[in-house]
Amino acid sequence: MSLPFLLEIGTEEIPDWMIVPALNNLQDMFQGLLDQHALGGKVTSTAATPRRLVLRAQGLLERQEDTEELVLGPPKSVGAGAAAGFAKKMGTTPDQLKTETTAKGEYFAFTKRTQGQETAAILASELPNLILKIQWPKTMYWNGKGSERFIRPVRWLVALLGNAVVPFEISGVQSGDMTAGHRLLGKPSILVAIDDFDQQLKANGVILSADERRAKIETEIAGLLAGKGLRVKLDPDLLHTLVYITEFPTAILGGFDSQYLELPPEVLTTVMRHHQKYFSVVDANGKLAPHFIAVMNTNADADGLVRHGNERVLRARFNDARFFWQQDQKKRLALRTEDLKNITFHAKLGSYWDKIVRMSQILTEELGSDRAASKANTLCKCDLTTDMVKEFTDLQGIVGGLYAKAQGEAEEVSTAIYEHYKPVSMEDSIPSTHAGRLLSLADKIDTLRESFRVGMIPTGSKDPFALRRAAQGVVRIIVEGKLPFPIETADEQLREFMRDRVEYYFRDVRGFSYDEVRACMATGWSDLIDLETRMKRVQAVRSTPDLEPIAASFKRIKNILKQAQFTDSTFQANLLEPGPELDLYEEIRRTNGQPLESRIGPLRPKVDLFFDKVLVNAPDPNIRRNRLALLQSLLTEFSDVADFSEIVTER
Amino acid sequence: MSGLTFQDTVFALKKYWSDRGCIIQEPYDVEVGAGTMAPETFLRVLGPQPYRVAYVQPSRRPADGRYGENPNRLYKHQQLQVILKPSPPDVIDQYLGSLKAIGIDLSKHDIKFEEDNWEAPTLGAWGIGWQVMLDGLEITQFTYFQQCGGFDLDLVPAELTYGLERIVAFLQNVDSVYDIQWTPTVRYDKVRTREEYQFSKYNFELADVAMLWQLFDLHEKECQRLLKLPDMVLPAYDQVLKCSHLFNLLDARGAISVTERVGVMARVRKLAIGVATARMGEDAA
Repeated sequence: MSLPFLLEIGTEEIPDWMIVPALNNLQDMFQGLLDQHALGGKVTSTAATPRRLVLRAQGLLERQEDTEELVLGPPKSVGAGAAAGFAKKMGTTPDQLKTETTAKGEYFAFTKRTQGQETAAILASELPNLILKIQWPKTMYWNGKGSERFIRPVRWLVALLGNAVVPFEISGVQSGDMTAGHRLLGKPSILVAIDDFDQQLKANGVILSADERRAKIETEIAGLLAGKGLRVKLDPDLLHTLVYITEFPTAILGGFDSQYLELPPEVLTTVMRHHQKYFSVVDANGKLAPHFIAVMNTNADADGLVRHGNERVLRARFNDARFFWQQDQKKRLALRTEDLKNITFHAKLGSYWDKIVRMSQILTEELGSDRAASKANTLCKCDLTTDMVKEFTDLQGIVGGLYAKAQGEAEEVSTAIYEHYKPVSMEDSIPSTHAGRLLSLADKIDTLRESFRVGMIPTGSKDPFALRRAAQGVVRIIVEGKLPFPIETADEQLREFMRDRVEYYFRDVRGFSYDEVRACMATGWSDLIDLETRMKRVQAVRSTPDLEPIAASFKRIKNILKQAQFTDSTFQANLLEPGPELDLYEEIRRTNGQPLESRIGPLRPKVDLFFDKVLVNAPDPNIRRNRLALLQSLLTEFSDVADFSEIVTER
Repeated sequence: MSGLTFQDTVFALKKYWSDRGCIIQEPYDVEVGAGTMAPETFLRVLGPQPYRVAYVQPSRRPADGRYGENPNRLYKHQQLQVILKPSPPDVIDQYLGSLKAIGIDLSKHDIKFEEDNWEAPTLGAWGIGWQVMLDGLEITQFTYFQQCGGFDLDLVPAELTYGLERIVAFLQNVDSVYDIQWTPTVRYDKVRTREEYQFSKYNFELADVAMLWQLFDLHEKECQRLLKLPDMVLPAYDQVLKCSHLFNLLDARGAISVTERVGVMARVRKLAIGVATARMGEDAA
């Protein structure tokens, strides 16, 4: 008979962003436990709310299968004494021993039968460790020094195999068949069985399924806005957060005085999104409307108290923001540049003043800065001295751009400031203007160079200064902005770091295959625009039937040249033998100057024939050298596009 | 007026926690930036003795002063601080009960526990916990202490810090803390505005920077001296609090450059760790 299994780890509120990775970790470890102990069964589902991690499995054996194993003892020749010792060790008597004949002679042997253990017993002994091994970014202890660590205190445990409790204990909490409902909507103690677990929770104010909670929020938002000419500003990350900070989410619509719409929508949205976890609402034209959606962790707001409370908090927040805005205008950005001397960029790298001085140098000496970019550079970090950015740090750059605009700077300048942190993620676009791109590049290049200069280099998953993101930004701005700036640098480590980012970009973001990227980069990658063009060309010829054979031949040529330690490339046409050798040479000459796309087709049969019929290692050293030179020239002619020998071929 | 008065809220919370075995202490009489810094928290959480205490602690944060003009920001606000050492398993239920005790009908409100780990680098202290959100308003900081003065704690205390002005403004449904009724007839404004104005003015504009630095040095030296003597933990800790407040004043005055900042914080931290070490030594002796 096979049994279902249910595990619920009841805790105090777990941070939303840690829940899904922990569930996956739990699932993997539990499946590993079933497999390792041959308990049969598969994990069928996992689910979680902030207060519980739940795992279900099906098809577990009641106990492990019995096993039989033949154990060889001492050779029969050593006699009865040894046999008795062996029998004792096997937990049996000498008369139960068998004789096993092997190539080396006859041996005492015993068929050892191991009875399978009860699944419940194995789970009971393994589960505490398994649960405590779930990986969390930061753990705590709650029962005194040296006690168990988990993400938050464990308060109850449900562990059921079929109808029976799997008994174990973690930090003083005994497993059982009692769960807890929603803090306000449910009972604190509820008897459950595997079959009625979800229903019991629902009856006690807990929607266990994250999908169901998500759907509930989405449906309710649609309902709240229906017929009002409003729609919610989509925000999947916020939705995810709300799904995992609630056990019973309910959306409500709130409003604010439209006078606050005078503030920039970026500021309003940030206040709502980051400080209050509200969705913004926009009208039919996409303009911010004086409403918000909050998601409660309860079932209703019958008296409107929750809406009222949230509106009150938001009003105070908006008042703060308005106050900051007004205060900040009293000192123009342009007058704040000096203040940057007091703001540390990094202890080892000086102040933001130092940073913009270096950026200015990069702009003028390397990036051919224009007037707008240079002007924007002097202002771009000044918003770090404003109250608004001190309060809403996510708005750095954006606030600078808005203030510059409000203070009458040219559109080009304010936009460049506004966008100079872009792209902030892989999905984010690069700055929209030329000046913005130059400024963003200067900022990122400076950060990269300086960090590497003082040895702050990302390792493995550690990248506290987000240098990978900065480097990725540099690559994207150059490629997508079609800017003619060399990306290679003198610093060897930074060079390798950038090379990785270039490879990553073309391979994982743009979808070029690994070997195409390698082949084209082998030719050079300083000029990313040129690299992109070559990559497109190689990708285009990749699908033609001639490319792989040619690539295979190139690989062969490269090996031959390497083995021959070939250096002297003097070539004499008069040494060529008529036939495949001369044919190849003439084909190379005939197609000389044509693009590789049209050369590959005609060249391929000539190359194949050459290798088929011609002995490169000719006895006459002059002829040998000449043939090597011919091959060398062929290789060279193509290598301004890519090193085709890097292309992975099947032959 | 709806909701309890300011002082009735304080009475109700003190009574509630008194009923749950807490000593009701009076505020500590040296300036502190938070209830955590009062010796009833900083020193009591160290070591293996269980302890339960609740007290109101006026908390001075010079940089937060707004001359009595901002409806939500104060130079000095009142925290109600509760320490439950060790934290009982039903600590969250007990906490929710305290909200009922001050008239919050939880069935009509939305309460969430949002991740917020607390850290006080100058005290070598940190903990794991949440900010408790009531209808979108942060009303309490809830922390399971893990380390204090650089020591792993023997028993894990739960620390509940209620922001009294915020909670009462919420209960009374007023937009400005100055509109809170302290008693049925006296408003918060009447009690505190002058204090907010004068101290804002002093902290931001008039405090004598050279004198503050001198005082800082003197209190630091005194602390170092006391730490070399036996049975002087509490007096030494007062010196730490003095240094910490002077640091905050200098900071508000704009007298600490960014480069100096880290160094000054390290000086305070060193003293705090020294006191915690001496305190732990008392237990061992």
